Amino acid sequence: MNWKRKDLLGLQDLSREDIEYILDTAVSFKEVSARPVKKVPALRGKTLVNLFFEPSTRTKTSFELAGKRLSADVLNFEVGTSSVSKGETIVDTARNIEAMKVDCFIVRHSVSGAPFLISNSVKAAVINAGDGCHEHPTQALLDLFTVREVFGKISGLRIAIIGDIFHSRVARSNIWGFTKLGAKVIVCGPPTLIPAGIEKIGVSVCYCLVEAIKNADIVYLLRLQKERQQENFFPSQSEYRDFFGFDMEKFNLAKNKFFLMHPGPMNRGLEISTETAEKENSLILQQVTNGIAVRMAVLYLTVRNIQ
Amino acid sequence: MEILIKNIRVIDPYCKIDSIRDVLISGASFSQISKSIHKKNPKTIDGTGLWLIPGLIDMHCHLREPGNEGEETILSGSISAAAGGFTTICCMANTDPPVDNKVVAGYIFEKAKNAPIKVLPYGTITAGRKGTSLSPMGELSEAGVIGFSDDGNCVMDSLIFRRALEYSKPWGKIVISHSEDQILAKNGVMNEGILSTKLGLRGIPAEAEHIMVYRDISLAKLTGAKLHLAHLTTKKSLDLVREAKKEFKNITCEVAVHHLVLTEDALSNYDANAKVNPPLRTQQDIRALVKGIKENIIDAIVTDHAPHSEEEKGSGIENAPFGMIGFETALPLAMSLVKYGLKPIQIIEKLTIGPARVLKIQPGTITQGAEANCVIFDPEKEWVVTKDNILSQSKNTPFLNKKIKGKVLYTFHRGNIVYSDKSMSQNKGC
Repeated sequence: MNWKRKDLLGLQDLSREDIEYILDTAVSFKEVSARPVKKVPALRGKTLVNLFFEPSTRTKTSFELAGKRLSADVLNFEVGTSSVSKGETIVDTARNIEAMKVDCFIVRHSVSGAPFLISNSVKAAVINAGDGCHEHPTQALLDLFTVREVFGKISGLRIAIIGDIFHSRVARSNIWGFTKLGAKVIVCGPPTLIPAGIEKIGVSVCYCLVEAIKNADIVYLLRLQKERQQENFFPSQSEYRDFFGFDMEKFNLAKNKFFLMHPGPMNRGLEISTETAEKENSLILQQVTNGIAVRMAVLYLTVRNIQ
Repeated sequence: MEILIKNIRVIDPYCKIDSIRDVLISGASFSQISKSIHKKNPKTIDGTGLWLIPGLIDMHCHLREPGNEGEETILSGSISAAAGGFTTICCMANTDPPVDNKVVAGYIFEKAKNAPIKVLPYGTITAGRKGTSLSPMGELSEAGVIGFSDDGNCVMDSLIFRRALEYSKPWGKIVISHSEDQILAKNGVMNEGILSTKLGLRGIPAEAEHIMVYRDISLAKLTGAKLHLAHLTTKKSLDLVREAKKEFKNITCEVAVHHLVLTEDALSNYDANAKVNPPLRTQQDIRALVKGIKENIIDAIVTDHAPHSEEEKGSGIENAPFGMIGFETALPLAMSLVKYGLKPIQIIEKLTIGPARVLKIQPGTITQGAEANCVIFDPEKEWVVTKDNILSQSKNTPFLNKKIKGKVLYTFHRGNIVYSDKSMSQNKGC
């Protein structure tokens, strides 16, 4: 297979083959990070820009390390939301930076679709590092990579995604990724946080955590954004914890051999209890490690063709 | 000056005429309409293959003066409207400051004197469009406003809306409701459904409209006032109006052109120019709206022309304001509805005598002695909408760079040519 896409904007538009190709490419890059000298010259002379309109630590760091391990130059460009409201459009910002001859934009924005606007107006590669409630494709790819590493396959597994599906770009990308690769996805959360018509994209909906995690191979907990309580999506954090938080009691009701995942950062004591977070079947740190390899693969495939 | 238009298909819903005629315009009015006119040396337009339509009325548009003259002025908006075939436009009151007193209304009338077509402003329903206290409806009526509207905002307080309907009665002017439960629609960007879920955008459920349409109809019945429902978008809304109209005559409604020709799919590439309020819905809703036109449930087709700057629309779809421009594409887009079995005269009716009846103003007609307000339309001409050929000061339309079939070639207002298509002015001397 020959990768021809300039951008990675989401998993919705990728085929099963596309996704597997990225994961296969990531396998060879994972080994680089295990070397004493963690660098290959794959993208030497290329310039990547972390264009973050929304604060982020781990995703930005992960992309930065991935770029540097490919020998690319990486620039961090954080745009305060205030400067955007002062009349410069998203596209203006990107074109300004492109005028400095960069090869790739890694875009994080609080507005869904922002990377699409940029992609339509620049020649550089555009990687979506999370847009609004829409997609976070590299997070899903690293999750898929991790699950494949653990189980040796994805097809036939049961994945329970728990929490605020409505506002979660991680959930959306994971739903596309896991279903395309043949897993069965169950989404679970308070009904107010399950978006309209989601069952039509091939997942089952469940409002009961115990029910959802029964027979699940992966329990995937989403981070709860605490400010959602102000919008009355749920009555209180303690009620959320009681019904949708994952603790030892729920842990013991799950399948014998299941694994726990979380995109980070965790709200300990809210969606995840400290005890369960530290169990040996937690894949949380492995996810973070794999993030570098997957992002190296994505950067390599998209940026190497940019002239 | 005399202008003779030869061999043109005259479509006039007022006289229920749809046939080939010669039409002579002398001064400000039509002086002769017959099968064949012979006249020495008048300026002549060959109307073969073209349509002659009465000047269109748009009872719902937004000009941005006073307050946002960078997006549109009364002059630029009316020039754009003339290019779309409109000879009367009614501008909404959500200017800055809003039209909630006679001074602002007077300012608009003053500016409108320089416009090539007739511009009639609405006054607000509530002071400052805040929904908490009534605007001086009497003062505004005497200043000449054509009706009342807080458009862009729904008067959420049912008691205030009831009072507005009741209080407006002595002046006999319509009260327009932007029927949307704004609390239910809060933070919404587009129609709620599977597509909003996929795009990660917050949805506005159709119920936000139905709830208010039901409330507004109930209050209109209670008060006996003249209620006009703006830009309806769903089948259910039309069902409610259909029921209401059976027993109560003071209810009218309109539909915007874009809701007839676009579905929510126009947002699937995050095109902020397709972000409108109420939102674009589904193909099923379009079919219901077309049926509403056929059955005369819908009284008027409007543009809801809403200019916005590129900066505002380019700030990401969730931050972008609602609205698209519409004057210059309205007539050809509305005409595309013939594919659903509507006759051209039925569509034109909703752009001429339909709104005239709602507003109680003189409808345009192509008859001897009538004011010569009319449009020459080429139903076959294809053209591409570009930033360069749009006359509106703003360019926010999802039809940008798209091909459209049907083009206004000339617009006459009181016998004057207020718009002529570039291709016309280059070839002929009109």
